[in-house]
Amino acid sequence: MSVLATRIGQLDLANPIMPASGTFTEDLADVFDLGILGAHVLKTFTPELRTGNPTPRVCDLTGGMMNAIGIPSKGLEHFLTQTLPFWVRYDVPLVVSISAHSYDAFARLAAAVTVPGVAAIEANISCPNIEADGRAFAVRADTTGQVVAQLRGATDLPLWVKLSPNTGEPVEVAQAAEAAGADALVVANTLLGMAIDVETRQPRLGNVMGGISGPAIKPVALRMTYQAASATRIPVIGCGGISTVADVVEFLIAGATAVQVGTATFQSPTTMRRLLAGLEDWLAAHDVASVRDLRGTVALPDAPVAAMLT
Amino acid sequence: MNAIAKDAILTPPRYRCAEVLCAVRANDVVNTDYRLLTLDAPPEVLECAPGQFFQLLCPGTADDQPFLRRPMSIYDFDAQAGSLRFLYKVTGAGTRGLATLRPGDRLNVLGPLGQGFSMHDNWQRLMLVARGVGLATLAPLARLAQARGRQLTAICSARAPEFVMSVEHFRNCGAEVIVVTDTDGSSAPDALHALIEARIASGGVDAFYTCGSARIARMLQGIGAAHGIPGEIAVEQQMACGLGMCQACVRPFRDGDKVVHRRVCREGPVFPLAGVVA
Repeated sequence: MSVLATRIGQLDLANPIMPASGTFTEDLADVFDLGILGAHVLKTFTPELRTGNPTPRVCDLTGGMMNAIGIPSKGLEHFLTQTLPFWVRYDVPLVVSISAHSYDAFARLAAAVTVPGVAAIEANISCPNIEADGRAFAVRADTTGQVVAQLRGATDLPLWVKLSPNTGEPVEVAQAAEAAGADALVVANTLLGMAIDVETRQPRLGNVMGGISGPAIKPVALRMTYQAASATRIPVIGCGGISTVADVVEFLIAGATAVQVGTATFQSPTTMRRLLAGLEDWLAAHDVASVRDLRGTVALPDAPVAAMLT
Repeated sequence: MNAIAKDAILTPPRYRCAEVLCAVRANDVVNTDYRLLTLDAPPEVLECAPGQFFQLLCPGTADDQPFLRRPMSIYDFDAQAGSLRFLYKVTGAGTRGLATLRPGDRLNVLGPLGQGFSMHDNWQRLMLVARGVGLATLAPLARLAQARGRQLTAICSARAPEFVMSVEHFRNCGAEVIVVTDTDGSSAPDALHALIEARIASGGVDAFYTCGSARIARMLQGIGAAHGIPGEIAVEQQMACGLGMCQACVRPFRDGDKVVHRRVCREGPVFPLAGVVA
């Protein structure tokens, strides 16, 4: 196995660098060869057609950005006939991100995307659940367990569950996903925030609130990665503010098996290509034989505080 | 379902744009509002079309740390001279950062991006109507019109005479230039409308190009519809990636009796004038 090769459950990856959902489409092939990536993670789509949120959909922050794009979706048929055929040209595992507003619709979509060419499903459970007063599935352990169990019953593909930082019980949610049959956890989605233009007094996003991403939320995502990796036995894919080789290494040490890069690609579309080369150099310079040897190697103080895990 | 076999395609698509570091050749004050940035740029980013734009990674200052890139339309590109120029107005965190650049500094640019202007064979008599910094976006178009031997009238609008950009450039490209300003009232809707109608009546106009003013865009849509004159417009929207991935920069467009959302960075920034909701 090569220095960078890793494995998420039954899925072999050539390297641990992959895009985060929502920041990656075929448009990035305009900038570099997407065949070098460890996996391709597509933008979330939903069963129904969605136009997305009113503009402005993004705003700039110190050390990051905030978005309320609203998951514009062209639906299942478009995915199967237009999106999927593009990606088949690459010999890279294709991870399809899906979402829905009810348990049943979520499960039916998972079954519908269980087709040749798809290597894994990433369940975006941060969207509102209309069967729980519009609360996101991912904020509670019980709703997370229920939706993951439904998805597990609907597909034999590896099932990655993307967690949300907008919960007070990250460990319980992670364990609920594992118990219900998740093959891996993606940790984590954007952090809910808000910004106001003080001159106009208007919210800086058309949707009023939005998800913060970028380096500003990296410590939150790293903390959750550590918590999820410590409290479950399934692989964790770190995601949140990763933009440098040191960030990648930090998430691996915290317990991640691979990482997703999102907002950094908006700032510099060649980020993932740079991280791949840089990670190999880092491993060589630190005499680490395999990227797999870094996982979960944080040097904790002698008497860690148990409460930090909950 | 998966109709295309693995071996059926498959050369990777050609790289449409590049992310490169450019050295600043000059960053000159044009007037109280505008600056002109000239970069030494490599050949891989200089196959541009008029109307295309770049995403600039603007430097931070003591007060601002812009995170996202800022889209900026191309003012001038010259593959032989290896130069790329942007005419910008200092308005926010990104452009305040750009204003701090000194010769020899380096700037990370991504481009060229988006779809530029078209110039169909039967568009021989061109009329450009633009305002403010929108005039910068249309500057490369004038050079293309000259290269293709088209007749060009440039109506340049601004709040005061000192803020009318690109007049010399348009004249050097062989255009007839008409300056209208708020100061003397010549840029007012009625006056501008009469001016354009008079030009259509006297010399004829085959196509309009515009940028920088929703009011002018609406006026040209009306005049265009009345006379059957097509046109194109370059529009703006807040952007994140600039490549088409994030779906942030959508705007509504009329498509028959439907309203559809299109990405300014990818399907635009140049669109047919008739469909724009201005």
